Amino acid sequence: MSSCTCGGQVEAKKEAALQKLFDRYRDYKGGLIPILQEAQNIYGYLPKDVLRRIAKELRIPLSKVYGVCTFYAQFHLKPRGRNIVRVCLGTACHVRGGSKILEAAKEHLGIDNGETTEDLKYTLETVACIGACGLSSCMMVNDDTHGRLVPEQVGKILDSYE
Amino acid sequence: MKNLDQIRQKYVEQYRRKLGKDRIVVGLGTCGIAAGGNKVLQAIKEEVASRGLDVEIDFTSCIGMCYCEPVVEIALAGAPSVIYGNIIPDKVAKLIESHIVNKTPVYEWAAIQIPGEAAPYEGISVMEKFPYYEKQVRSVTSRLGRTNPESIVDYIATGGYEGIEKALQTDRQAIIDEIKKSGLRGRGGGGFPTGTKWQFVYDAQDDKKYAVCNADEGDPGAFMDRSVLEGDPHSVLEGMMIAGYAIGADEGYIYCRAEYPLAIRRLNLAIAQAEEHGLLGDNILDSGFSFRIKIKAGAGAFVCGEETALLNSIEGERGMPRVRPPFPANKGLWQKPTVLNNVETYANVPFIIRYGGDWYAKMGTETSKGSKVFCLTGKVNNTGLMEVPMGITLRDIIFSIGGGIQGGKEFKAVQSGGPSGGCIPAEHLDTPIDYDSLTALGAIMGSGGLVVMDETTCMVDVAKFFLNFTQNESCGKCTPCREGTKRMLEILQRICEGEGELEDLDTLERLCKVIKNSALCGLGQTCPNPIATTLKYFRSEYEAHIIDKRCPAGVCTALKVYTILEDKCTGCGACARNCPTGAITGAKKEPHVIDTEKCIKCGTCIPKCKFDAITTA
Repeated sequence: MSSCTCGGQVEAKKEAALQKLFDRYRDYKGGLIPILQEAQNIYGYLPKDVLRRIAKELRIPLSKVYGVCTFYAQFHLKPRGRNIVRVCLGTACHVRGGSKILEAAKEHLGIDNGETTEDLKYTLETVACIGACGLSSCMMVNDDTHGRLVPEQVGKILDSYE
Repeated sequence: MKNLDQIRQKYVEQYRRKLGKDRIVVGLGTCGIAAGGNKVLQAIKEEVASRGLDVEIDFTSCIGMCYCEPVVEIALAGAPSVIYGNIIPDKVAKLIESHIVNKTPVYEWAAIQIPGEAAPYEGISVMEKFPYYEKQVRSVTSRLGRTNPESIVDYIATGGYEGIEKALQTDRQAIIDEIKKSGLRGRGGGGFPTGTKWQFVYDAQDDKKYAVCNADEGDPGAFMDRSVLEGDPHSVLEGMMIAGYAIGADEGYIYCRAEYPLAIRRLNLAIAQAEEHGLLGDNILDSGFSFRIKIKAGAGAFVCGEETALLNSIEGERGMPRVRPPFPANKGLWQKPTVLNNVETYANVPFIIRYGGDWYAKMGTETSKGSKVFCLTGKVNNTGLMEVPMGITLRDIIFSIGGGIQGGKEFKAVQSGGPSGGCIPAEHLDTPIDYDSLTALGAIMGSGGLVVMDETTCMVDVAKFFLNFTQNESCGKCTPCREGTKRMLEILQRICEGEGELEDLDTLERLCKVIKNSALCGLGQTCPNPIATTLKYFRSEYEAHIIDKRCPAGVCTALKVYTILEDKCTGCGACARNCPTGAITGAKKEPHVIDTEKCIKCGTCIPKCKFDAITTA
């Protein structure tokens, strides 16, 4: 354990939130996916220990928990950036040059698709469609959708996130 | 049984009072927000406050004209509603000064007007006469862009929950008969008759049944369901309640993809409001019917749009399709009889119950009744959401409503139905759209995404794009889909890199047939469609890639040959200065040339040329 006390407090808070989550879903049918979703909200990703805890609480094999989280694109087993950048490469964005938006984002952040910057500030991903095709090309940063993009705008938009 | 008369009367008055005031309404669907709608709303609030005006500020969802978002509507009491397009915060001060203070619309920014009972303004198109709306009908989308989606007052005041009220006083079999009479077919893509599906579940004997809504709209290029969920969430709840009552279910699930946070938020809000009003929960309106709806957020897997995979996902499993039979109607969610419909299908139900199956069946073609919501995107002038009667032609949709191809380019194909659909070429533009005619063309109705492609789109690249998508999303359970998509993708990649052979085309055709016939679920069975249709209608493009090693649309990088058009080149030297490999040479004010040996096809020169003198075809 590190000597930094605030870190300990943060961990304790997360632990309490996880416990609350288990209590809420204990008798809930089909609770594995919502639990994984909310646990990921708490930790930012799904650490190995948390997966073990979930398996134990739900009385299911760890292999099943692992199987479910690797099946769905939403779950992450590695730490992620504070800001999640999702460049849309759906049909409409593809036709209108979405890959150029991705190139601009890659260049600006200096990382490849699926990677996280070293300072854990950004994670860059692609998404198959965010349903804003009328405004293609588009990109989502966290929950904000940015539409009608040209590659030149990308850097400025990314910089506006802390 | 209790009725809603009293509360409806109260809400109608409340709603009329709102409409009776000077109003400014901002479109805040995901599209409006993406275009900056929230900033516009903020600017409007500030402007109204600083001028001390007495104006009602409200928001709505997407009216469908995505091409001119953000959309702002201004209505003075007793005057027509004027809908402005492309409103940015800088335009707000002038808009309010002119329209609210001086009572004169800003004509040059106005897109359309909706006069209602008022006398229309001269010089602004009336909605029904405006090219974008002229050929549309608005039933499922009637509230979109017109009411506040987060207000149950607006919903009930505009006839909402009349359907469930009427249904609860009707015999359950009679409701199913009414749906059958309407001819409604599943709007998620398959087109299975909804009434028949309900009958199966009604007939199934079990102590527990479920009504499930498929809101996992994963087709790239489709956002109808998102628009309906964001713009009229109560209508989906009401449709599910009616289904639940008819088939004898007391529990419903909405499986909504996690990429739609706003839709999920508005659905949760709508459920809470309906519960408060006693419209969801135990003993609804004292009728003895109880019904609850839960939302399940998807976790990012396209295959979960397939009905049995979706059920597995709700159960907390990997979203892999099940072998059928048994069908969900007999053994669905937790092995109980389950009716599964798409968002748009459910949203149609309250209207059918309110106005009757005969009213609905008047619209559309012999085998496909009613209206269909489409999303028009790609290289077309007016991108957006539209509701049209079945039987309209693709030409009407793309050229009348969509305003033709961007930049005056030539139409090449329209892709219907996403990764499960196909590309339809120009010679079939006059086909009336319904389930059966699209299937005959090798495409499918699908959920309703229409992506328009022009001469600069490479059809081999499009086929590769979709296959890349399905290959990524293939769940891996059955061999034809898992291995077949991989092999087809490899072949397409080879062709795009100029290393294809003519016999590859025969192999592709054979693989298409085999996968179609042997894959386990809809995803696999339909994934060859984009290849099969492009091979059928655009075989010459495949052959150009293979024989001439040329991409006619100039898209496939490996086959691009950069050349400078002599007659357009002014010899300014901008391209040569920016070329990283020094491949471009030429004397000043003389046409330049590109040395193809040195050229690395990076594309840097193209945007640098102000005279469009560099081509890649």
